[in-house]
Amino acid sequence: MTRQEGSTPLLEFRDINTHYGAVHILKDVNLAIYPGELVCLLGGNASGKSTTLKTLLGMVKPTSGEVVLDGEVVNDKPTSYRVERGVTMVPENRRLFKRLSVKENLELGAYLRDDKEGIEADLERIFSMFPRVKERLTQKAGTLSGGEQQMVAMGRALMARPRVLLMDEPSMGLAPALVQTNFELIEQIHQEGIAIFMVEQNANMALSIADRGWVLQTGKVVLDNTAEALLADPDLRRSYLGQAD
Amino acid sequence: MTAAVRAKGAGKTNVDRFLTVLRVVMIGFIAISLVAFIAQQIAPENPFAEWRHGDEGATRLSWAQYRGLLVTGISQGAMYGLIALGYSMVYGVLGFINFAHGEVFMVSAFTGFIVSTKFDAAGWWEGAAFFPAIIITVALCVIVSTSTAVIMERVAYRRLRGSPRLIPLITSIGVSFFIQEAVRLVFGPGAKGYPSNPDWLEERLPWLGIEVKKLVVIIIAAIAMAGLWYFVERTKTGKAMRAVAEDKEIASLMGIDVDKTIVKTFAVGGAMAGVAGILWGILFRSVINTTGFLPGIKAFTAAVVGGVGNLGGAMAGGVSLGGAEALGPLMILEPWGIPGVSQLRDAVAFTVLILVLLVKPTGLFGERLSSEERA
Repeated sequence: MTRQEGSTPLLEFRDINTHYGAVHILKDVNLAIYPGELVCLLGGNASGKSTTLKTLLGMVKPTSGEVVLDGEVVNDKPTSYRVERGVTMVPENRRLFKRLSVKENLELGAYLRDDKEGIEADLERIFSMFPRVKERLTQKAGTLSGGEQQMVAMGRALMARPRVLLMDEPSMGLAPALVQTNFELIEQIHQEGIAIFMVEQNANMALSIADRGWVLQTGKVVLDNTAEALLADPDLRRSYLGQAD
Repeated sequence: MTAAVRAKGAGKTNVDRFLTVLRVVMIGFIAISLVAFIAQQIAPENPFAEWRHGDEGATRLSWAQYRGLLVTGISQGAMYGLIALGYSMVYGVLGFINFAHGEVFMVSAFTGFIVSTKFDAAGWWEGAAFFPAIIITVALCVIVSTSTAVIMERVAYRRLRGSPRLIPLITSIGVSFFIQEAVRLVFGPGAKGYPSNPDWLEERLPWLGIEVKKLVVIIIAAIAMAGLWYFVERTKTGKAMRAVAEDKEIASLMGIDVDKTIVKTFAVGGAMAGVAGILWGILFRSVINTTGFLPGIKAFTAAVVGGVGNLGGAMAGGVSLGGAEALGPLMILEPWGIPGVSQLRDAVAFTVLILVLLVKPTGLFGERLSSEERA
């Protein structure tokens, strides 16, 4: 599913600036994520990718500019407000609650929901997506393999019934064989109509499944185009992908 | 493997060697004492006993004595365990030891004194009226201690969130002095006596010979602990607490209100100390503004022994410490012919702490202390 013409963005950055102390991180960043699309944010280390995600979620407050969710400025709203309205993140390195069981991790994903039947139905949906997760349900999350943890992390995020799923470096720390599977899972989630905003170092892989992408360099958006155009862009290939071919 | 062992051996400093010697000496001493104790129980006339006890001769403990000591130890330990839960829970979510937690316990014991005296004056502290009276007293004690813990968090600790851990720790010592002195200012420096318990509480059970009040303490403590376990392991709020304890950032990403969850943690810990406070009052029938100090430190010991941050460990640590305190002096010191050993119970309690820290620094059940994400 790609962007519908004339629809309003689900989540938007309007001229966002952020600082950590005196350090200027994001500089006049503009982003727009539309319902149902799969977009990615590329950039090297310290380019401001993680800060972008934290600002979208309200864990970092912008010093100027507006974070807009469904047309409403949410700069002053806490994370929980945004989660309730459909913004969820799969954090970098998964960050499961290792001492809690897999089931408890999934249930915490639905922490803000009260609809018991809906939660049960979503659990079943996640089990059918990730049959391995069901087998591990009572195990402590810390005992799972990296691939299994990735599934639980995605399942936990899906339990919040997100409309847009933010993914921070989903392939970080995964065995190479799992990276491909992981991207297939992301596509599968996307097929269900959930918008995905992915932050990735693995630009080739990310752009191969994305609709659009941005490239962030030291806090500035330097490229903003469709995925095909970005893949073909010689600047990106040279400066960011760092490939000679 | 061998290389790793060698590397470890090569890195030994004099401090390490000293600690090893200390471990061996302490464990060796305890082992010899225990053997001597067992020998003395089987054959009081053995040469070691005659050497240490001389002409008076060593004594054998009767069954009733064992039972009495054990029940005393467990009832005392159950209260340590209840208080230890508060230390452990707060450590779990905030990563610092709240040294003012003993005062939460003392405040409850004081509330119990005030309320029970009023009931006694109205003639409610005996007969059938005792039951509603004690339920109201327990409820008030729990309310007061819970509020104390919550106010403490709000006033003293919340602003310090994010500062280095040493700062709230030192603050908590200040809070502890503040509450102790405030209580002394209001109620005076003397010890306050609870009214006499109803006769049936002071009696012993037929056949078993256990004092009823100690049994009541153990049962109520067990119920409180079971309730806490259910709350932490089975309810949504408990799950949120464990999530906050492990990773605050991700917990807030789940939509959990971290500040509220921390307040709830203080409240639950305060309630447990509240239960312990009124039980203490009924058992010892005396309270003074420093009542919280020693049980507080012992409960802290229990929490460390059990592995800080581990709730099952805190309970087990409390009961073991109470048991060690009651039986330790007789089993370890008495065989050497040391007089008046039961007065050395505090020394035994803290020796247990040192020994556990020497042998297993994370506590008996504690791998949880070493979690890397504490900050």
